[in-house]
Amino acid sequence: MATQHSRSAARIMMAPAVILLLGWMLVPLAMTLLFSFKQYLPLRGGDLGWVGFENYVRFVSSSAFWPSVQATLVIVGGVLAITICFGVLLAMLLDQPFWGQGIVRILVIAPFFVMPTVSALVWKNMFMDPVNGLFAHLWKFFGADPVVWLSEAPLFSIVLIVSWQWLPFATLILLTAIQSLDSEQLEASEMDGAPPLKRFWFIILPHLSRAITVVLLIQTIFLLSIFAEIFVTTQGSFGTRTLTYLIFQRVLESQNVGLGSAGGVYAIILANIVAIFLMRIVGKNLDA
Amino acid sequence: MGRITLDKVVKRFGDVEVIPPLDLTIEDGEFTVFVGPSGCGKSTLLRLIAGLEDVTDGQIRIDGNDATDIPPAKRGLAMVFQSYALYPHMSVRKNIAFPMRMAGIPEDEQKRRIDAAAKALNLTDYLERRPGQLSGGQRQRVAIGRAIVREPAAFLFDEPLSNLDAALRVGMRMEISELHAKLKTTMIYVTHDQVEAMTMADKIVVLRAGYVEQVGSPLELYRAPRNVFVAGFIGSPKMNLIDGAEAAKHDCKTIGVRPEHIAISDSDGQWTGRVGVSEHLGSDTFFHIHDTGLAETITVRADGEVGFRHGDTVYLTPREDSIHRFDEQGLRIA
Amino acid sequence: MARAASPRRKAITTLAAWSVGLLIFFPILWTMLTSFKTEATAIADPPVFLFFDWTLENYSVVQERSDYMRFLWNSIIIAGGSTILGIIVAVPAAWAMAFVPGRRTKDILLWMLSTKMLPAVGVLYPMYLIFIQMGLLDTRIGLTIVLMLVNLPIIVWMLYTYFKEIPGEILEAARMDGATLKEEILYVLTPMAIPGIASTLLLNVILAWNEAFWTLNLTAAKAAPLTAFIASYSSPEGLFYAKLSAASTMAIAPILILGWFSQKQLVRGLTFGAVK
Repeated sequence: MATQHSRSAARIMMAPAVILLLGWMLVPLAMTLLFSFKQYLPLRGGDLGWVGFENYVRFVSSSAFWPSVQATLVIVGGVLAITICFGVLLAMLLDQPFWGQGIVRILVIAPFFVMPTVSALVWKNMFMDPVNGLFAHLWKFFGADPVVWLSEAPLFSIVLIVSWQWLPFATLILLTAIQSLDSEQLEASEMDGAPPLKRFWFIILPHLSRAITVVLLIQTIFLLSIFAEIFVTTQGSFGTRTLTYLIFQRVLESQNVGLGSAGGVYAIILANIVAIFLMRIVGKNLDA
Repeated sequence: MGRITLDKVVKRFGDVEVIPPLDLTIEDGEFTVFVGPSGCGKSTLLRLIAGLEDVTDGQIRIDGNDATDIPPAKRGLAMVFQSYALYPHMSVRKNIAFPMRMAGIPEDEQKRRIDAAAKALNLTDYLERRPGQLSGGQRQRVAIGRAIVREPAAFLFDEPLSNLDAALRVGMRMEISELHAKLKTTMIYVTHDQVEAMTMADKIVVLRAGYVEQVGSPLELYRAPRNVFVAGFIGSPKMNLIDGAEAAKHDCKTIGVRPEHIAISDSDGQWTGRVGVSEHLGSDTFFHIHDTGLAETITVRADGEVGFRHGDTVYLTPREDSIHRFDEQGLRIA
Repeated sequence: MARAASPRRKAITTLAAWSVGLLIFFPILWTMLTSFKTEATAIADPPVFLFFDWTLENYSVVQERSDYMRFLWNSIIIAGGSTILGIIVAVPAAWAMAFVPGRRTKDILLWMLSTKMLPAVGVLYPMYLIFIQMGLLDTRIGLTIVLMLVNLPIIVWMLYTYFKEIPGEILEAARMDGATLKEEILYVLTPMAIPGIASTLLLNVILAWNEAFWTLNLTAAKAAPLTAFIASYSSPEGLFYAKLSAASTMAIAPILILGWFSQKQLVRGLTFGAVK
């Protein structure tokens, strides 16, 4: 409800944000699309002309592609499984009354605020180092041989680091969702004679399903493009080269822009598939 | 000055016509009340006059000048909102000063007007408080104060009393009437409460679905409702509307008799029925009479001392000169 | 919970919650502790936990050797600048969407959010090229603009949800009181939305501060913020635990403090209102 006056004012007020984001979205995207159809090697001759879909075919058929898809799936899937399972448990624990709730909440959330390069570096050196890392000391204490984490269990290590960063996010959102559960509903189910496990399964979990979906989708989008953690720890070696990292290497390290751009287009399509589902949920919640 | 003229004003939201072509003149200094059930378009009409909504077609003139395309700020009107719409981050003083600050009125003049308004509205002790620290009635007065200091051509009130409790409502009603008597500025007041309309208005505009059903003074509306809708809407308790054989006796489709125009007796009368619920107000008693064969219920007003019991058989007699007659279209037959 | 838990149960929960909390926090705690050790103590076998000679030496060494202040300053400028720029662009847009909603408002809002979902790596080279062409590579202004664009959807979104909570009648009252659009936004809307704007500011400073794709790929020496500064420690010659810890502590401390203030807004800002 408004006047012509305010409607035209609204258009003007929205214009800067819309134009900026439109430019930010379209210009680089168009360039990526353009490059993806070209043989483009900035250090070896530059623009060598159109090649059709060759880059797309080569990107998918290169020996690095499938391993990178696998690494991506393992990392994304592993982190999602860990953060959501532990997130639900942790959220339920933190929802109980106990002394020092505020402080514990802060302790649990803290990792989310640690910049990715710091957490990767701290884990890599101070925990996973085979000589001086805390894990090595721990293993030795129990009489085991220290593990060279980042080369012997590289994917697990990265999953561990990233899970540590994202567990707070999942926990916080799930906790918010649990707190919105009507306690009378739980009490009613208790009166109806449902044991705790059944209460969890039939009342709490369904109530959390939407929050879990949201965590799943948002984390997927962010996890698909994790970069700093790999950049700092393994630089993509030992089978930790994800799709994102592969594209980064194609573009900046081997300077094959055409090939990298084709990979970029794949990544964008992949992210969009996830984004569509997320946007649906968000859109439903927008009171129009 | 504040003469407001609506000339064939139309408002559509998309395909929905909220206000069909409407002509209306509000004279300078008049206290006009727009009344009607919710969704009748009365608030929309007020917002059109305020300039908060665009008219789809037609013209709004203020003191003869076309104001249709003038933004709200420039129309010289002040508005009191249902939620009061006070600025929560400003003190009462700053709230009242805001329109003057926007108009660039000098500080000392601002202060003079604030003090005068505060005195008139009993707000002097609260000037430094925030709206959040005030009661509903006080907030209402701040909103009015903010409107007064602008010295507007007309005041617009959008259901200003609906958020107050019953006792305060009566008090504020009188204060607003008092204010109008003092300022003699045009006031347009929107309400769904016909009691507010009857008690405050010089002129009542009854609206239904965007259409003006009747315009007139409270007593004109009470004495000569133009149609069945107005007859049922104005007056409390509602007028009894009777169809069928009884109406045919009066050569019309429907007759209407107000509860206060029916005599009740235990011995004889024109109609008979059984007493249902009776509401004793002390000064008056309202009886709801069933099984009259005329309508579901007939409401009768009697003296406070009259006592009938639930189930008693009573006799009713309408005052012949106070029977309203309506035709097939629901229009009044003179 | 409507019922009070039994003391026994509460004690057990307390124990469990604190254990988990400390376990999760431990890497940060360990980093902070190590930053006060000498290099020798830092790699002592077995590790020392609390009883060592505390020293501030690492902090001064890190500052001297790597010019920590310069990176810090870059981080502050980039994170703060991008957020403030973003808010300046987003306030009018959020006003329009919240108070003058049209048929397409919802679509625009969702579209804006969807731009946040684009993988950065997909447009890495074009951005690189644009930056070189415009002379923005390794400049603070370039990075500020990029991070502003990256976070703009979230800023618009958050402001929108906060503005939605302000009754439109108050803004209409301002309009009736003779305020122009600028005055309405400046004197009425903004002061009323201060808490919301502050939370938006806070969360986006955090996000920009920790952003580690563009900051690593579009900077070299001059404009590198703390993310890049820390990444430089991953090369072998930088491997000194105590100094690494001191540098890390300095890089995360300011944001940890801000983060604790903004934890409530985190949910709102990062789930786009899908979880309440």
